[in-house]
Order: sequence, then structure tokens, then C-alpha cells
Amino acid sequence: MSVRSTLPRSSVVGPNPNPPLQAAEANPIDAELTARRSRAARRRLVTIYGLRVLFAVIWLGGWELSSRMNWVDPFFVGQPTGVVARLWTWITEGTALGPLWYQAAVTMEEAVVGFIIGSILGVIFGIVLGRVELLAETLSPFIKAANAIPRVVLGSLFAIMFGLSLWGKAATAVVLVFFVVFFNAFQGVREVDRNLIANARILGADNRRLTLEIIIPSALSWILASLHISFGLAIVGAVVGELFGATAGLGQLIYNAGHTFDVNGVFAGMFLLAVLALIAEGLISALEKRLIKWRPHRVSGEIPI
Amino acid sequence: MASPAIELRGVTKRFATPKGGIYTALRDLNLEVAAGEFCAVVGPTGCGKSTTLALISGLEPASTGEVRVEGNPVKGIAGGVGYVFQSDAVFPWKTVLENVAAGPRYHGAPGRDARARAREWITRVGLAGFEDRYPHQLSGGMRKRVGLAQSLINGPRILLMDEPFSALDVQTRTLMENELLSLWSSTSASVVFVTHDLEEAIALADRVVVLTAGPGTVKGTYKVDLPRPRNVAEIRFQPRFTQLYEAIWGQLRDEVLVSYERQKHAAAV
Ligand SMILES: Nc1ncnc2c1ncn2[C@@H]1O[C@H](COP(=O)(O)OP(=O)(O)O)[C@@H](O)[C@H]1O
Ligand SMILES: [Mg+2]
Repeated sequence: MSVRSTLPRSSVVGPNPNPPLQAAEANPIDAELTARRSRAARRRLVTIYGLRVLFAVIWLGGWELSSRMNWVDPFFVGQPTGVVARLWTWITEGTALGPLWYQAAVTMEEAVVGFIIGSILGVIFGIVLGRVELLAETLSPFIKAANAIPRVVLGSLFAIMFGLSLWGKAATAVVLVFFVVFFNAFQGVREVDRNLIANARILGADNRRLTLEIIIPSALSWILASLHISFGLAIVGAVVGELFGATAGLGQLIYNAGHTFDVNGVFAGMFLLAVLALIAEGLISALEKRLIKWRPHRVSGEIPI
Repeated sequence: MASPAIELRGVTKRFATPKGGIYTALRDLNLEVAAGEFCAVVGPTGCGKSTTLALISGLEPASTGEVRVEGNPVKGIAGGVGYVFQSDAVFPWKTVLENVAAGPRYHGAPGRDARARAREWITRVGLAGFEDRYPHQLSGGMRKRVGLAQSLINGPRILLMDEPFSALDVQTRTLMENELLSLWSSTSASVVFVTHDLEEAIALADRVVVLTAGPGTVKGTYKVDLPRPRNVAEIRFQPRFTQLYEAIWGQLRDEVLVSYERQKHAAAV
């Protein structure tokens, strides 16, 4: 007993100690194949990342060089070292609007609030309209019309309604996010496999169960795909909202830089927005992986884009 | 005499086609299945076999005629009916255990009881140890077993099966056919088993019903007087099996040819 408990874990739960001969022969070959496969995948990954770095060097180097040599006017196009210097002063000395982290936090808060409200509304409306045909047909021309107008102009309306508060910007983000999520959720509900619905009904599912256990999980791939696009839109909404009146935020910072002809400041602000969007994208991808773990895995070694 | 388990009287089913026309899938179909009987329905592709099952299950209403299950007219989906679908219909986002436990849960069983019963059925269809797998991690034959357990766990008095094994390789298929027979023998369910494979129909059923090429109607009915319990792999070599096969195939062949000619013309147009 005591001997057994001191055995290393792997030998207790490990494979059959006397595997059949065939398996013993097959395993090294399997291992060899797997190793070769993962080596090839790693080599590919290194190549891709190498090429990415090369691309960035050529792009930024070309930009820096052409503005240094005055082939283009740095006053209009800025230059990478200038952008880095501007970021550095923002980080160390703060911005004209206050500390940099605060600007980022303000914009992020507006975007996240708008994103969450817009996605929830989009999912609810998409599922309800996807399930109730009469409602969908009644509302379809209105939805199409609402989708056709450039909704960012609503930002000015929200600025009047909500003043300088968070809600004006969040509302702009909501209207942008809502339609993308709505259309995807709606389509996702419409595309549910009829066989699965028939099977669930035969097994005794009522409407509530059908919606919760069949329709929503099935539409989830569509909905999650739309969330990737719509967080970018939420940031657009927040930044545009700040245009119509704000005292802080990365959008406001960018407008200020623009007004003072500080091109490097505009680029620095854009860079920060891109970083925020990438972080959010990473979080959404993680969420997606958790929620649809039932889907077949992608081929390993695939490059995430 | 007790009423038959399933009864279709003068049933016609029409569908609206996407082009705005009307397509008659079944015409004046009469079919009776006695309680506890295993009835196989054969016919060429597109003759309305799946449609027949949809009518019995209540998934689709008949255009005219009467469909009765256990003496009661079918109005929508009723309890006591199990359905194994032609293509995979297990839920891809549920594990094997959750898939099999779905039926009892939908009927109000507490989760713990539902899971306990699901484990029993999973063992009975030979999938013990795979409870936590997702369907995409299983072979086609294993997914069919999940589908079978999912239907049978509800204890259906009527079991409808739509070419359930047609996508399987021959060995797996014979295995599944034998398992189906042994599972069925421990219940008193009436079975309607749709297939386009006559050998499978004779090997499994008490009675084989031949449908005409679409619009489908009953062309002939044959009693299969082979003894039970049967071994599907061996029954094919009995002289009586061959006799039945030849008699029924004589009828079925004409319909298959009609259907084939039609498809050829449709393709040529
Ligand atoms: N929902 C539907 N709408 C229109 N036509 C249908 C529908 N379901 C089946 N059909 C048609 O009815 C005929 C019979 O179909 P089906 O019962 O699936 O045949 P089988 O199962 O015997 O191959 C086919 O020609 C098919 O195209
Ligand atoms: Mg069919």
C-alpha cells in the first residue's frame, strides 16, 4: 500500500503495463509522425512571424526614411520616432486632458458599456424575430431602413439627449453594435438544422427548452462571430461620440491633436485605440473558445490572424 | 379487436414546391401496423417514405385522409413516439450523456435521475466510457447508437426509424441491426422501419410494405415468416429468405426502374 502511494503518478494512471505487441510497435511511429508534424508547424510559425517583423520594419523604416529625407512633409504625415516620442511624453508627463490611463479608461468604458448593451439587445431581438415570423415580416422594412441610414449621425442627437455624460458615447456605440449582432443572431436562428428541431420536439422539448437548448446554442457560432466585428464598431461609436462633445477620452485626445496640427499625436492616439481593440479581440476569442468547446478543433499550427 | 398501433386511411400528402406548384408526395396511402409489430417500408428514393414517418409522428399534417396512432387521430407531436432520423440529429453541443438525458429531462425528470437513466442506456447501446465525448468525437456508427439510446430512453410505444443505418459500413450495419433486434425484443414497441434496402427490410421485419414510385401508395404487403430470434448476418442464407427476397424484389424492381427513368429524364431536361 505504502509502496503504491509513493509511486509516481504517471505510472499509476499510465497506459497498460503490458500493451499488446502491435501497439508497442505502432507507438514509436505515431510519436515520430507527431513530432515531425509539430516541427513542420513550428517552422512555419517562425517563418510567418519573421515575415511579419520584416513587413513592419520595411513599413516603419520606409515611413521614417521618407520623412527624414523630406521626400514627404513630416508636418502632414508625421514620423514613427515622433509618434514614439509623443507616446512617451503622454505616458511620463500626461496629456493636455490629464493622465493617459484615464483617457484610455474613459474611452474603454464607453465602448464596453455600448458593446454590452448593444450585443444583448441585438441577441434578444435577433432571437425573438427569428422565432416569430409575423413579427419579423412586419418589422423588416423598418429594420432595413434603420440599417440603411448612416447611424453615426445619431451621435449628435445623443449628445443633446445625454449631454457630456458617458451615455451619449455609449448610445452611439449601441446603435452601431446592435445591427451587426442583430442580423447575425437572426440569421443564426434561421439557419438552425430542421432535423435538430424536429428531434428535440419529438423528444418532448417545449418552446422554452427548444429556444434555450437548441436555437441559442446553434445560433451561438453566428453571434460570437459578429462580436469580433462589433467591438471594433463599439470603439468607433465611442470615438465618434466624443467628437460631439466630451471632456476626456482617446477620441477627444485625437481631435485635440488634430486641431493643433499635431500629426504624431493623432497617430499615437490611433495606436492606442488599436491596442485596446486587440486586447478586446483577444478576450472575445477566449470567450468564444470557452463557449463552443463542442466544435471540432482547428488544425493545430494554424496561424491566428 | 384492439385498434392497431398505427393506422393510415386514404392519406394524401401534398407539398407546395418552391416554384409555386404543388407536389403530391403520397397518394391514397393505406397502412396498418399492429401493436408490437416490426413493419419495414421499402420503396425507391423519393417515393415518400420519410414523409410517411413525418405524418405518423405528427411533424407534418396529412393533406387528406386519416392518421391514427393507438386509435387517436394525430394532431401534432404526441408522447410515446420515438424517431430515429435519417441524417444525424444528435445535438452537437451536448455530450453523449447530455444527449441521451435530454428526453427524460424534457419530460420533467430531475437532472440526477435523467443522467442515471442515460448512463444505463449508454451502457446498453455499448457506449460506456464515452459519456463525456461530443458527437464530433465519435464515429458515424457511435453517433447512431447515441441517436438510438436518445429515442429508446423515452420508452416509446411507437418507434419510427428513417433509414437509420444507411450511412454505415456493412459490418457496423449488421452489428447495429442485430443490436436493434435485441433492444426491440425487450420492449413491446411497434416499429416502422424505413429503408431502401430490401435485404435489411426482410432480415428485420415481421412484414414488408412496398411503396410505389412517387406519389407513393402501397403496392404490396408481405408477411416475413422467418423465426425469431434472428441473426441478421446468417438469416440471409436461409432458403425462405431468398424466396421472400425474389418475390418482393419482383414488385420493387418495377418501381425502382420507374423512379430511375424519371430521375434520368429530370436530369436530361
Ligand atoms: N417539405 C417539403 N416540401 C416540398 N417537397 C417535399 C418536402 N418534403 C418532401 N418533399 C418531396 O416529397 C417527395 C418524397 O420525399 P421523401 O418522403 O423524403 O422521400 P423518401 O424518404 O422516400 O426518399 C420527394 O420528391 C421530395 O422532394
Ligand atoms: Mg427519406
